[in-house]
Amino acid sequence: MLEEIFVVNRLVLFVLTILVAVVLLVTIRQAKKGKKFFIRRIAGLEAIDEAVGRATEMGRPVHFSPGIAALSEETAAQTLAGLAVLGYVARLTARYDTDLIVTNRMPEVLPITEEVVRQSYLAEGKPESYNPDNILFLSDEQFAYAAGCMGIMAREKVAANIMMGAFWAESLIFAEGGFIAGSIQVAGTANTHQLPFFIAACDYCLIGEELFAAGAYLSQEPMQVAGIKVQDWGKLVAAVLILIGTITTTCKWPVIIDFFSRYAS
Amino acid sequence: MRRELPIAITFVSGILFLLDYFVKIPYLSEYVVGHFLDWAIVVAAFALLLGAANLLRIHVQRIVKGKKEWWNSLILLVAMFVMAIVPIIWTQQNAVYEYLFKHFFEHLNGTMFSLLAFYIASAAYRAFRIRTKEATVLLIAAVVVMLGATPIGAAIWKGFPQYSDWLQTVFTTAGMRGIMIGASLGAMVTALRIIFGIDRSYFGGQ
Repeated sequence: MLEEIFVVNRLVLFVLTILVAVVLLVTIRQAKKGKKFFIRRIAGLEAIDEAVGRATEMGRPVHFSPGIAALSEETAAQTLAGLAVLGYVARLTARYDTDLIVTNRMPEVLPITEEVVRQSYLAEGKPESYNPDNILFLSDEQFAYAAGCMGIMAREKVAANIMMGAFWAESLIFAEGGFIAGSIQVAGTANTHQLPFFIAACDYCLIGEELFAAGAYLSQEPMQVAGIKVQDWGKLVAAVLILIGTITTTCKWPVIIDFFSRYAS
Repeated sequence: MRRELPIAITFVSGILFLLDYFVKIPYLSEYVVGHFLDWAIVVAAFALLLGAANLLRIHVQRIVKGKKEWWNSLILLVAMFVMAIVPIIWTQQNAVYEYLFKHFFEHLNGTMFSLLAFYIASAAYRAFRIRTKEATVLLIAAVVVMLGATPIGAAIWKGFPQYSDWLQTVFTTAGMRGIMIGASLGAMVTALRIIFGIDRSYFGGQ
């Protein structure tokens, strides 16, 4: 019966998604009623103010990259999380009259970055400071985009290099390009194979879930912050499941493993 | 309306895609979601034109105004037009296009990729400098893993490959799985926030 209606090996994920959605709606309701949620300090996000401040003092631009993922891929959530950070960075650069250069690899992300930056300048009451010539599409080829970014970092001597989104092999090229240009570098990605490069080469790095929490953390909007709390509860559930799985496997009782191999493979 | 319409479209398409992923509804998969995916390809194709227009506008301005290093903009525009026009006129199997692709594009791409080898060395040097307790642990772990992965390591001490494997299967795997669980939950919550219209940063956070 189940096989006829559901994709059986995604059943656990289906239940989990419904559960997360319900908890999200409940926490948002609580946030609307005025409940405050505690979120731990994320050093990488605090460093964004420092990075933009440094660029302002030096009179040099800030470079922002939203990653190289398309909006139709499974990594699109990382690009969208990066765009939330872009909104915050653009507000800061508008406030301090600092140049912001945004480079894009995916053409469908370009109009979104243009709109995010334009709205941020508008929100800061400085629409005249918004420069559309600084929102650039470089190339949809991965390494051509990387070469373009490196060139901009070197020529414009960017003082802050902020990279938030999904990155692949070009991550280290960006990070080293920024280092050579003398930038303070803040990076964030959920692509685990690129994290070691960012951690080694950047001043601050947002690891995995921190990238997804960034928009809410920076906006401090109660409804957005409630979303981060849901992530924390999800981790608690995951930890409990890991513990149960470890105990049952150690006791050679395969019921949990059998269940997950059938319904969550 | 400018605010409500994108939120409504996001909600409806998001729910449809979620349903299609979990539930077997033949009409939904074949017609509705299939059409949405086709539209996404069309939108992406038009967006590429927007990207080309952005490049053209900015670099023509640089050339006309004679800005610093304007010749780089000229080279870029010439390269872009040649690589776009040649396959349109003579198809991608044309000898000229194949020559340009093989002798220019592939070499430039390969050069950028090869830079990684040098950058890995310089980034590793900075990361492994012993300045903190964490950097010391990182250095020791890296030395064991590197020696374990090379024949010289096993020649020095037979334990290197064994400890290298142990570090990677126990510590690295556990750490990576922890990060992946957190990131997956984060992606799920972000997606739901966008579907429910709570996170509107993708259209300027209005």
